[in-house]
Amino acid sequence: MTEKRPIISAGGRGQGAPDARRTLPMPVRYAINAVLVLVILVVGELMIDGGAITRYQSTVLEQVGIYIILAVSLNIATGYLGQLPLGHAGFMSVGAYGCSIFVIHMSEALGVGARDFVTGTPVTAALVLGGLIVGGICAAVAGLIIGIPALRLKGDYLAIITLAFAEIIRVVMLNIDGVLGIELTGGAAGLTGIPSYSSFLLVFGCVALVCFLTHTMMKSRHGRAILAIRDNEIAAEATGVNTTYYKTLAFVVSAFFAGVAGGLYAGCIGVLQPAYFGFMKSIEILVMVVLGGMGSMLGSALSATVLTILPEALRAFSEYRMIAYAVVLILVMIFRPQGLLGSYDFSLSRVIERVMNRDFPWTRRAARADAGKEVGDDGR
Amino acid sequence: MDMFLSQMLNGLQLGSIYALVALGYTMVYGIILLLNFAHGDIIMVGAYVSWLVMAQLGLSPVVAVLLSVAACTLVGVLIDKVAYAPLRNAPRLSILITAIGVSYFLENGAQLVFGADAKRVPAFTDLQTIQLGGLSLSFPAVATVLVTIVATVALTLLVQKSKLGKAMRAVSEDMGAARLMGINVNSTISFTFAVGSALAGIGAVLYAMAYTQASPTMGMMLGTKAFVAAVLGGIGSIPGAVVGGLIVGFAEMVVTALGLSVWKDAVVFLLLIIVLVVRPTGIFGRTMSEKV
Repeated sequence: MTEKRPIISAGGRGQGAPDARRTLPMPVRYAINAVLVLVILVVGELMIDGGAITRYQSTVLEQVGIYIILAVSLNIATGYLGQLPLGHAGFMSVGAYGCSIFVIHMSEALGVGARDFVTGTPVTAALVLGGLIVGGICAAVAGLIIGIPALRLKGDYLAIITLAFAEIIRVVMLNIDGVLGIELTGGAAGLTGIPSYSSFLLVFGCVALVCFLTHTMMKSRHGRAILAIRDNEIAAEATGVNTTYYKTLAFVVSAFFAGVAGGLYAGCIGVLQPAYFGFMKSIEILVMVVLGGMGSMLGSALSATVLTILPEALRAFSEYRMIAYAVVLILVMIFRPQGLLGSYDFSLSRVIERVMNRDFPWTRRAARADAGKEVGDDGR
Repeated sequence: MDMFLSQMLNGLQLGSIYALVALGYTMVYGIILLLNFAHGDIIMVGAYVSWLVMAQLGLSPVVAVLLSVAACTLVGVLIDKVAYAPLRNAPRLSILITAIGVSYFLENGAQLVFGADAKRVPAFTDLQTIQLGGLSLSFPAVATVLVTIVATVALTLLVQKSKLGKAMRAVSEDMGAARLMGINVNSTISFTFAVGSALAGIGAVLYAMAYTQASPTMGMMLGTKAFVAAVLGGIGSIPGAVVGGLIVGFAEMVVTALGLSVWKDAVVFLLLIIVLVVRPTGIFGRTMSEKV
């Protein structure tokens, strides 16, 4: 028996009509979140400069940020659009190669040395930002090329066709040099000499930007259309949603962010090999999204954090790590198919509004029970 | 000419192995609409059992073949009971992710138990070539092709003529209605998994015969390509799986013969994409209209 709620509410708690509820104006909400992000970035940077976070720890943190971007971007296609692409690592590799090839060749042309990327000059900053955007655009183009045929198919077929495309991308990265006759990706030996341009500030700045853009997109008209397609594609089409357009849009945006994450990844580890971006990488990202809860950005971010830090912390048990991954994945699917957080998303503004209205879970439960009683009394 | 014939036979051999594995995919997909990602890894289990029995225990190849097929069948049914059965009514996405989890589990479990390096499976027979008229043909290749033909015919008879086959067809058509007609749906599904996995076991033995090695990740590529074969032929269709397997086998053979072997994976997947775009249900697939 589900809880009964009054259809027309007279504000069950004797506190006036519901529109008397105090809310935060939108600019204030944005300001609060922006300040929070700035504080986190500045505190993190200060701790790294001050030596409270070691070099190794900050590298792990950078990887956490990169995986958060990957998980959040895959969540757009999996959680919000309701498809199952198995080729996210393919987009990541396109972005990584696109970004690093751009940065390497442009810095050669402009005569910028690898040292300058560590100290940071306006030129290198522009180069890196340009590189990330180039990487993102390369991945988005790949996403468009893959998405148009793939999105005509459903479910398993879509999963398998994206897997196929990712494998093709990997084989192309491996063998493209021989066909073109010039040194581009370095083949199996890998692309070396990538300046280490990823830093805590850059990575987490990108994380904040990606989360912000995803959030605003999903709250907009376009995001609602994407959610409608997930919930019922036929109904969405019948109500006038251009399903092909919105499916492709979600897919391309997801690929773009994956490409940006790939660019950051290249700058973090310094060497790229096609073998890094195999099927297993796609699965790793998928596990993060599924575990956190499909459709929950907080869930994706949290599980990306935990699943990146945990293996580092448990290096001694690395053999068992993969088995544990698999078992957890199966158990979560059997006992909690919607993921640990389901589609819950955290909103600081909502919490503040609750406090402003003195609307706490415990008072609310009592109020709802009262409301249920009223309806029950009229009904019988 | 001799070169050409032996290349053809190689393509036929590879295609036959893909076909056997693809049959397992097609049967499971036909009955519960599940893309069984773990199917390729069942082959890996079979290959390791062959290696264990022959190289470690030193028993005869006949025992190895029987034990491999038995082990694969058991693993297949067990996977269904443990991982898939609790999710019969869950969304398709959850079951698919579970299948990926099972595949991941088997691969990493094998890596933990047997180590990451490939194990050498001893030869099943001393007979390496057979003479046919003036031609000398590779014995494993001929055996593979013959076994595949027999297995396909047996499977077709099983599905079309036997009572269990009738139950399988009924469940795949409409699970609810089949249940109302008194068919035990769960045991029918288990039986399907058993048959599909037994075919994978045969495939594992033939693979070990052809490539004489077992490694934890061997099921990955083999399984993916066999799935490509099943989709090419039209998933859910038995002749489709065989035709698809042969197409994939020959495509790989042709690409390798042209000296482009590094591109052969890409060619197979490109073939899949082209078929899916042009004819989304595969060569022999039926179009399913969507119920609202």
